[in-house]
Amino acid sequence: MTARYSFGGDEHVFVEVSEEMSLGAFFKSLSLCRALKESAIRGVTEICPANASLQVKFNPDVIAPDDLLAEIEALEAATATVDPTLQTRIVEIPVLYDDPWTRETLMRFRERHQYPSGTDLDYAARINGYSDAASFIAAHAGSPWFVSMVGFVAGLPFMYQMVERARQIEVPKYLRPRTDTPKLTVGHGGCFGCIYSVRGAGGYQMFGITPMPIYDPRQEIGYLKELMTFFRPGDIVKFKSVTREGYEEAVRDVEAGRFEPLIRPVTFDLRSFERDPVATNTDIEGVLHGH
Amino acid sequence: MAIEVLKAGLATTVQDLGRPGHYDVGIPLSGAMDRFALRVANMLVGNDEGAAALECVFMGPSLRFSTDALVAVTGAELPPKLDGVPRPTWTSFAVAAGQVLSFDYLRRGARAYVAVAGEIDVPLVLGSRSTYALGALGGLEGRALKAGDVLPVGLPGGAASVGQSVADDLRRGSQTATALRMMPGLYHHRVTPDSLDGFFADAWAVAPEADRIGYRFRGGRPLAFVDRRPPFGAGSDPSNIVDSCYPYGSIQVPGGTEPIVLHRDAVSGGGYFMLGTVISADMDFIGQLQPHAKVQFTPVTMDEALAARRERQATLDRVRKAMGAPIEGSDTARLAP
Repeated sequence: MTARYSFGGDEHVFVEVSEEMSLGAFFKSLSLCRALKESAIRGVTEICPANASLQVKFNPDVIAPDDLLAEIEALEAATATVDPTLQTRIVEIPVLYDDPWTRETLMRFRERHQYPSGTDLDYAARINGYSDAASFIAAHAGSPWFVSMVGFVAGLPFMYQMVERARQIEVPKYLRPRTDTPKLTVGHGGCFGCIYSVRGAGGYQMFGITPMPIYDPRQEIGYLKELMTFFRPGDIVKFKSVTREGYEEAVRDVEAGRFEPLIRPVTFDLRSFERDPVATNTDIEGVLHGH
Repeated sequence: MAIEVLKAGLATTVQDLGRPGHYDVGIPLSGAMDRFALRVANMLVGNDEGAAALECVFMGPSLRFSTDALVAVTGAELPPKLDGVPRPTWTSFAVAAGQVLSFDYLRRGARAYVAVAGEIDVPLVLGSRSTYALGALGGLEGRALKAGDVLPVGLPGGAASVGQSVADDLRRGSQTATALRMMPGLYHHRVTPDSLDGFFADAWAVAPEADRIGYRFRGGRPLAFVDRRPPFGAGSDPSNIVDSCYPYGSIQVPGGTEPIVLHRDAVSGGGYFMLGTVISADMDFIGQLQPHAKVQFTPVTMDEALAARRERQATLDRVRKAMGAPIEGSDTARLAP
């Protein structure tokens, strides 16, 4: 996997680790971002990891573009041999699947959908080989997901399902994007899951909604007081299907300021995952519940 | 002191030079779309160049001042009026307590900057007063102004005086741009060479969907893509890529039909290929394009982009010199001697 470099105008370097998505490509992009941060190259103002690529913003008055390119290439070579483990955290995200709000929204935009006669869940279940929405939901909530990028809008996580490729959920985006998506919708497009951090336009299929705010520009919610966006690339997410009652209770807890997300530190080892994803996931999920 | 908003204008927001450092979590730079005009407006009233001012799009607001103030309007030719009496643009003028600042109709450009001595003193959020409306962040309650709002103004600190003006040849961006210089790259290999030539040859008109997030263009020929097997995770459309970061100024062309140039409130990433990036020196010009204005995209090299950058910087330095403003605090940090 040799990266491809390109300048994005006179202020950005774009590094494509791989044209296609894989956990390995994400890992390499994240490692390179971390190495870049540590090396604190003068003139570098922002380092943004993405799924299988990264972007470096720089000031060309401080560092010549070709000099920066050479520095990043040297770091790429140096990180190629880095131990593929990641100290990170696992977070449990409660989800009310097939909720009334995304259902109302998807009905409103049905003429923009590939499958106007059913819901987004029905469609995703069918094209991914599941007999019904319930078994699809069990798969969606059944494995952990890697946050492989944060962005598009403030705090929105792109998530990559941690199962072998043959089992990964894949769905096309809407034929034409919606002009509305409820805040905190759990969505999916291509091979990526997401959580919409704000209400707005969107093209991903909609599966449910979480009661857990992930972006708070007013910084009033306890766990978002320090940083207004919750997710960081490298976080691991485990969805937990909740009932309507469980959802309402969590919403009340959020409003009363007593909601605390379940978060545990965890070490992820790419080699062990590649050897045995099922056992590795079981270990990671065990951490969540104190095993 | 304070300013009462009598009429809001079309989409008037508080902007400074933005909040760098949070693009990795999807929070864009924001700040003035025409940074040169913002800097000059501030210099004219004795503020720091990066102070918060009002960015007015197409149509100005109507503002009543509670105390005496020093004001300057730069950028688009949106003529100010004080209690109905015309005042010049690119020139500082006095406002007396109780007077109403309003604007005549737009003559040229798209965005005017209204600086007030002491700056618009909304709270700092992540180090900036800029409004990022998509994220309901910064500015006044994270949104554009509306009638009835009251804008706090800080204490004037500078030594500016009434009647300071900028020479015509230093009013950068007051002529509408007809070409935007860009560096080809990123995913430009996704389209055929002939198709890319066509992209540069065609005239592109600004579409009505043009805002702080990005400017959409239409009118040129659709692009032809190089055949490929879709990479895993990219999506089936030939214009799709595995979702990546989007540089400021990057030109994406969803479906190969209508290019979108991302600007200061950019979405930080997504799944559409980009064929290059508008150079830093020309970003200010985009914010001054009106709907239906026609431009061509001109490919340039890195050396040409850097020369254009230096030229812009030199113009800014000439304005500073003319106004006795400090040369430090430039748009671009300088190399240590």
